[in-house]
Amino acid sequence: MADNDALFEFLLRLGDNSLILGHRVSEWCGHSPVLEEDIALANTALDLIGQTQMWLGLAGEVEGKGRTADDLAFLRDAWDFRNVLLCELPNGDFGQTLMRQFLYDAWSQIMLGHLTQSTDARVAEIAAKAAKEVAYHVERSGDTVIGLGDGTEESHARMQAALDYLWPYVGEMFDGDAVDAAMTKAGIAPDPASLREDYDALVRDVLRKATLTVPTDVFHHKGGRTGYMHTEHLGHLLTQMQWLQRAYPGATW
Amino acid sequence: MYAQLVKTAGTGVKTREEMSDDERNFQDRVDRDEKIEPKDWMPDDYRATLIRQIGQHAHSEIVGQLPEGNWITRAPTLERKAILLAKVQDEAGHGLYLYCAAETLGVTRDELTEELLSGRMKYSSIFNYPTLNWADIGAVGWLVDGAAIMNQVPLQRTSYGPYSRAMIRICKEESFHQRQGYDIMMKMAQGSDAQRKMAQDALNRFWYPSLMMFGPSDKDSVHSAQSLAWKIKIDTNDELRQRFVDQTVPQAKYLGLTIPDEHLKWNEERGAHDFSEPDWTEFFNVIKGKGPCNVDRMEARVAAWEDGAWVRDGLLAHARKTSAARTAAE
Repeated sequence: MADNDALFEFLLRLGDNSLILGHRVSEWCGHSPVLEEDIALANTALDLIGQTQMWLGLAGEVEGKGRTADDLAFLRDAWDFRNVLLCELPNGDFGQTLMRQFLYDAWSQIMLGHLTQSTDARVAEIAAKAAKEVAYHVERSGDTVIGLGDGTEESHARMQAALDYLWPYVGEMFDGDAVDAAMTKAGIAPDPASLREDYDALVRDVLRKATLTVPTDVFHHKGGRTGYMHTEHLGHLLTQMQWLQRAYPGATW
Repeated sequence: MYAQLVKTAGTGVKTREEMSDDERNFQDRVDRDEKIEPKDWMPDDYRATLIRQIGQHAHSEIVGQLPEGNWITRAPTLERKAILLAKVQDEAGHGLYLYCAAETLGVTRDELTEELLSGRMKYSSIFNYPTLNWADIGAVGWLVDGAAIMNQVPLQRTSYGPYSRAMIRICKEESFHQRQGYDIMMKMAQGSDAQRKMAQDALNRFWYPSLMMFGPSDKDSVHSAQSLAWKIKIDTNDELRQRFVDQTVPQAKYLGLTIPDEHLKWNEERGAHDFSEPDWTEFFNVIKGKGPCNVDRMEARVAAWEDGAWVRDGLLAHARKTSAARTAAE
């Protein structure tokens, strides 16, 4: 795979993760259990959309076909999306949303830490900016997972159910392929599998404090980051997100 | 403005002779434009009226998230999505400051929430109208926030310190929102035929509900005098409505949009626009729960509160465990 194609693909993965997760989180606006949580969720969604603008903006630049971040976000079909499946899963209850957020934030924080050392200065610069935001996200989502896991009997049961549902989607973040091999070789990004040890240490510590049991089954779903097979949920998300751009092509908003 | 038809407690404005010493001292302080602070003496009716007014304002911010939130997942570009998210987040923040201001008067946020969810307290009628096309998001910023600012700018000088300070912060953000709303309208008005149609459609539907935001005409507003004397209301409903119309007419003209009022015209003699009254029957229907979205708005708020009960209980239980463990360790 040519290096430029691999870099484009890699940037789509980063940008699509933050776009799709940011969109999901934004669905909560006005419906949270407490006002402070409404503000915090909107803030998280806002950061993720901001990161999307940077990653997809760079992806368009690298591709060199004149596509903007908006073109990439609003005018691709589901099979062209490269986010991990975890990001597109439905919000479920507040507990499932926060568990998904924590499982993603933990990975994101570790990944961005490595990317700040990237040989590609543009990647390093975006990572440095995003890392500051994600440090706050992971602290908040981790604290909330602990608070709800170690809260009442009901909140504990709901958080355990969320973890059991989401855990099979965690493994995909550590899968590698030819794109990752090219990125690692060029010193742009780390081998995804190399992040697993730090991830497990961070995540297991929080889940232990949350009195939750990590599932032992090592099976994991995949197909998002390669685009081979997304979940049924992504198509519905896109019909909503892309509607205006699709219905009124070429309009300026 | 996010507070309409706030019933002023008490029996009306008292003469100086009818006032007690405390009441006279209080009125003197208000007249000298001194701020009343939470620990200061205040008439019970002043406190009760402020709780209603600030509470209704706070509820309006919270319910007001819903019509705009309706378009967050369909915003047409990443930038528009980010701007809208930030705006709705600001509104939740305004709700928070206002609930805090109300708490200084001795009522809790949970108590006020209960009052909203049970229908005993109201929120602004405007949020019972739907947002149906993307230009509505522009119209809400331009007209609804514009009308809000009309009322809130004078309220920065209101007599109650915490309310006045909340208003100063809120006004800064609201004027930013209004500019963003107008910017959407500009893009739509200068856009394709379909976009111009959306912009006109939004103006048609939001014009009269925006005029209603100021509340009924002064001649029908029986509670104003006492609130004006206490400086928790600064201008009358009709003064604010007139100011809003005079400000908005040239803006609509600049956009090339038509205000849906065939009687609208400049009155040289008054130096102001003549315009048609909104349909007050519709207004009172909306206030009584018969607006297009009243039922949906309340259902959304009740669902958020009830579905979130386990979250609030869980976090509270954890906080208690943590503080018990800390105490035991000391």
